[in-house]
Amino acid sequence: MLDNLSTNQRAAVLSVVMLVVGLLIWEAAIPAQKAASELTEYERLTGGGAPKAGVPPPSQVLAKAWEQLSNPFYDAGPNDKGIGIQIGYSIYRVLTGYILAALIAIPLGFLIGMSQVAYKAFNPFIQVLRPISPLAWMPLALFIIQDSEASAIFVIFICSIWPMLINTAFGVAGVRQDWVNVARTHELNGIKTAFMVILPAAAPTIITGMRISIGIAWLVIVAAEMLVGGTGIGYYVWNEWNNLDLTSVIFSILMIGVVGMLLDSAFGFLQRAVTYAE
Amino acid sequence: MSKPFLSIENMTQTFPDGQGGTLTVFEDATFGIDKGEFVCILGHSGCGKSTIMNILAGLAEPTSGVVKMDGFEVSGPSLDRGVVFQNYSLLPWLSTLKNVTFGVKARYPDWSKAKVEAHAREYLAMVGLEGDVVHRKPSQLSGGMRQRVSIARAFANHPKLLLLDEPFGALDALTRGTIQDELLKIWGGTEQTVFMITHDIDEAILLADRILLMTNGPFARVAESVEITIPRPRNRTDIVEHPNYYAIRNHLVQFLGQRSKELAGQQSGGEPQSPTRVVIDKTGPAPDPEPTTKPQLRAVND
Ligand SMILES: Nc1ncnc2c1ncn2[C@@H]1O[C@H](COP(=O)(O)OP(=O)(O)O)[C@@H](O)[C@H]1O
Ligand SMILES: [Mg+2]
Repeated sequence: MLDNLSTNQRAAVLSVVMLVVGLLIWEAAIPAQKAASELTEYERLTGGGAPKAGVPPPSQVLAKAWEQLSNPFYDAGPNDKGIGIQIGYSIYRVLTGYILAALIAIPLGFLIGMSQVAYKAFNPFIQVLRPISPLAWMPLALFIIQDSEASAIFVIFICSIWPMLINTAFGVAGVRQDWVNVARTHELNGIKTAFMVILPAAAPTIITGMRISIGIAWLVIVAAEMLVGGTGIGYYVWNEWNNLDLTSVIFSILMIGVVGMLLDSAFGFLQRAVTYAE
Repeated sequence: MSKPFLSIENMTQTFPDGQGGTLTVFEDATFGIDKGEFVCILGHSGCGKSTIMNILAGLAEPTSGVVKMDGFEVSGPSLDRGVVFQNYSLLPWLSTLKNVTFGVKARYPDWSKAKVEAHAREYLAMVGLEGDVVHRKPSQLSGGMRQRVSIARAFANHPKLLLLDEPFGALDALTRGTIQDELLKIWGGTEQTVFMITHDIDEAILLADRILLMTNGPFARVAESVEITIPRPRNRTDIVEHPNYYAIRNHLVQFLGQRSKELAGQQSGGEPQSPTRVVIDKTGPAPDPEPTTKPQLRAVND
């Protein structure tokens, strides 16, 4: 029956089958529960008394998703905002920190990649600063910047700068001398050489760095928002955990995954656009 | 004798040899190329041919000595000196057409877009690249087609001097033959001055007005300048019938096989090292007023 389908179609069928089977197993593994309203205060505080009572079945998560996604932007006070608003805050922070990082990393990476001396001079700093967990900067950022919002953005900035900086420098340094010679024999000036030869030649490596950075930034924003609180998807997860609303926790975990995937595929698209075969 | 169009005077190149000493590739090399001349340089691998070409292109500076073109000293690369590299050096992210317009735009910055494109297409057509193929990326072309693009890019810019570094080295014999013919055809129409490196004797005889022979390095010398006394237009099947063909060929084979080694490693002592002019002509009555050791070989020191 599957024989006349393409590889992609067969894979899609298999994915759907795995999803359905997985959800069914999950659903079946969770014993029927009392609705939250029927629980006593004591039961609620101890997670319902039953061993797995806290984990909701997928049907509940789906119902939650339906409810949340049908009105994602409602705002009913500081602790009750729609998922769309929370994700919006997170994306805003990620993009602000990320764009600031790109504005510094790409030109600086160009410079470092063009000059052996700069490459060697910057390298020890990069090597020491790069492995630092971005969250380790948080206390210092909070102390110096004195603002939790700006500190979260700073943490995104500091974690996304390294892959972009290193990849840009690496990509620029690795541009084939032949191509640079083509620019030279055509009397291109420095700016034209940079934009017409070096940038397109290094673009796949640079975009790879940008793709790695956005992935890391999205990983880090969740943790950063758990720490700084207030708004954002990371705060939302933490808040729902404090409310013991595991349905919302699971739903928001899925949303984190979906948004991360969308960010990554945007860069994947960009990457395919600039990749060339030699 | 008047100054040639391109003159290389006392050109010396040394490199660090990696063990603290210096490697002298060649010393006080001195030779000239006339306008419109097609000159090939033959020599064993590693003797310094690419080094000479890179200096002529302005991509490298000699340790000492000067290169003058049209009376002006060459310094740095210029659009007046077009280069065709052995590995084609096309920009892989640009289409075939864009690779050529890239050069044309650099050469003629005030041309309109349409004019640039028409000009590029004209030169691509000269090397047999027409139609949809001009929109393909270099990676979608065969080696022969890539080298055609590279030749079209160089010719489209009308450089005063065209430099080719083993342009057909990586191609199979049949493709090489076709592109040699195309090269001769475009060259015939333009009277371009060409300096070409090759390691293929037959290719050099087919294409060149004059062949420079290099001895082995280090201290390599451009030892001889052999004139190809076979009239144009030449054709690969007919030239082998010409009485001078095998005489010239044997001379070249003999040089590369034996004398390139015997003459190797001679230091210049600061004197300009000019090639000995060799004219081999077995047609007609012996034009030779001076007695020479070999009847059909005349060596003249410029
Ligand atoms: N940048 C360089 N540094 C050190 N040695 C070099 C450099 N370029 C060329 N050489 C040496 O100079 C000699 C001539 O090289 P090259 O001009 O490439 O030879 P050919 O093109 O005739 O095969 C070789 O021995 C090579 O190793
Ligand atoms: Mg070479």
